[in-house]
Amino acid sequence: MVLKGRTWRFGDDIDTDVIIPARYLNTSDPKELAAHCMEDADPEFARQVRPGDIVVAGNNFGCGSSREHAPLAIKAAGISCVVAATFARIFYRNALNIGLPILECPAAAGEIKAGEELEINLEEGKIINTTTGKVYQAAPFPKFMRELIAAGGLIPYVRSRLNC
Amino acid sequence: MTITEKILAAHAGKQEVKPGELINARVDLVLGNDITAPVAIKEFARIGVDKVFDPEAIALVPDHFTPNKDIKSAEQAKMVREFAKKYGIVHYFEVGKMGIEHCLLPEQGLVGPGDLVIGADSHTCTYGALGAFSTGVGSTDMAAGMALGEVWLKVPPSIRFHYYGTLPPWVGGKDLILYTIGRIGVDGALYSAMEFTGETVAALTMDDRFTMANMAIEAGAKNGIFPVDEKTLAYIDGRLKRPHKVYASDPEAEYAKEYEFDVSRLEPQVALPHLPENARPVSEITDVRIDQVVIGSCTNGRMKDLREAAQLLKGRRVHPEVRLIVIPGTQEIYLQALKEGLITDFIEAGGVVSTPTCGPCLGGYMGILAHGERAVATTNRNFVGRMGHPESEVYLAGPAVAAASAVKGRIAHPEEVSGNGA
Repeated sequence: MVLKGRTWRFGDDIDTDVIIPARYLNTSDPKELAAHCMEDADPEFARQVRPGDIVVAGNNFGCGSSREHAPLAIKAAGISCVVAATFARIFYRNALNIGLPILECPAAAGEIKAGEELEINLEEGKIINTTTGKVYQAAPFPKFMRELIAAGGLIPYVRSRLNC
Repeated sequence: MTITEKILAAHAGKQEVKPGELINARVDLVLGNDITAPVAIKEFARIGVDKVFDPEAIALVPDHFTPNKDIKSAEQAKMVREFAKKYGIVHYFEVGKMGIEHCLLPEQGLVGPGDLVIGADSHTCTYGALGAFSTGVGSTDMAAGMALGEVWLKVPPSIRFHYYGTLPPWVGGKDLILYTIGRIGVDGALYSAMEFTGETVAALTMDDRFTMANMAIEAGAKNGIFPVDEKTLAYIDGRLKRPHKVYASDPEAEYAKEYEFDVSRLEPQVALPHLPENARPVSEITDVRIDQVVIGSCTNGRMKDLREAAQLLKGRRVHPEVRLIVIPGTQEIYLQALKEGLITDFIEAGGVVSTPTCGPCLGGYMGILAHGERAVATTNRNFVGRMGHPESEVYLAGPAVAAASAVKGRIAHPEEVSGNGA
């Protein structure tokens, strides 16, 4: 799958309270969550994000709470992929489980700027910055996680385990 | 192998596991709350099974926005209540029985040494204080756990934190963990197990150990874990209804990293906004005026915390420009604090006491900060907007610093109030 989009740039340690503040956690409706996504880091984000846009961030993206509302809000906002130097572990699990594409790539996270255009080949983990022409290679997923992604996330995987 | 590796191996039906290995492990308990369980319940419905793997091995604790703070929260709590009824969930804790989940589960004897627990709450790592492997997951993992009784895990490398020296007065588990996170950073233990050892932690109360394990996630860790000793066994005695198994790290166990800290001169710590890694000795923080103090949460809402706070507040008055909010972690803690007269001490000092809830810790309700306001809290996170307005500030500290600060109206060393030395 090839994803194309314009980038939104964030720094290190973007926590789940910034991705979706707890004051909005009295609902689990993805659309309502998306309307407040990244609100405390960039109040313009939810209004100006376009379907397919890509989030690029530094270290430890998604640290803090285990709320799945965080990747759900990002996905429902229309973000096609999150590229970060590293991810916090619960966010990483949650993103894989719900089918939000994420890539770990410190080099890309270090150089890509806001508003640049990217082309991402998820299977190959290849990130092309079509604005600058630079190409980056993300760390490949372990085999089990590739299976999970291929199954469409954890729920279809569990269904197949239970032969539902 | 380390204690973490031994517990994971046992639950994966293996003799041995190695860091980095992906395993499918049997779980002893699956936890969810009023924020995370509704998402899990929707995902559970998508799986299409008609029963949970074991109605005794699931705990549902509506604690974040309960007693219901608004109509939407009431709908979420209702969804959890109806699910519990439909699937015969034994450990569902209604308002009146509930407490803050990570104070409640150990107290009710639902977790023991050697257990493997997953919870759809990041502070599930708290139960490592009992020598259990315990980790936070998302709602979809919780749904899969409720259906299968299993979870996929990557075996984490272990990092050992060895503490030695006798702690000075007013220094406890919160100060140790804030200091540790200050040293290694909020991603200093990313994906790893934090194993806490040494004479200092052996001397800690169980309540202090819960506080430390609770904040392992704030260093990015998968779990935090303590060796099981006579204090652990005394704690579970009369509480735990299931058999348990004690695991211990081998002397030749391999660690990805080892830290040694001499904490004999450690000062009470305060983490400045907006990351828990911004820990400083309290004496370095001068003239920071505050508007609110919160004493409670899954980090510091236990008896030792309330006793320590009451020791400083008894017979004194909260500063006229400060609002003090005290939240016992569970109904049992609340009752015990009443019996010991601590609740009287808090109220006579000018504080308010709330029924158990996570409330203000995550900016839910019961103590939200306005624009430009500043709080000292015994909670676990001081992220931007965590307790309210994006331009408010949270300073993290232990109960002694929080109580002293409430009296002084600014961040203060407990000795400024108690009068011992300093």
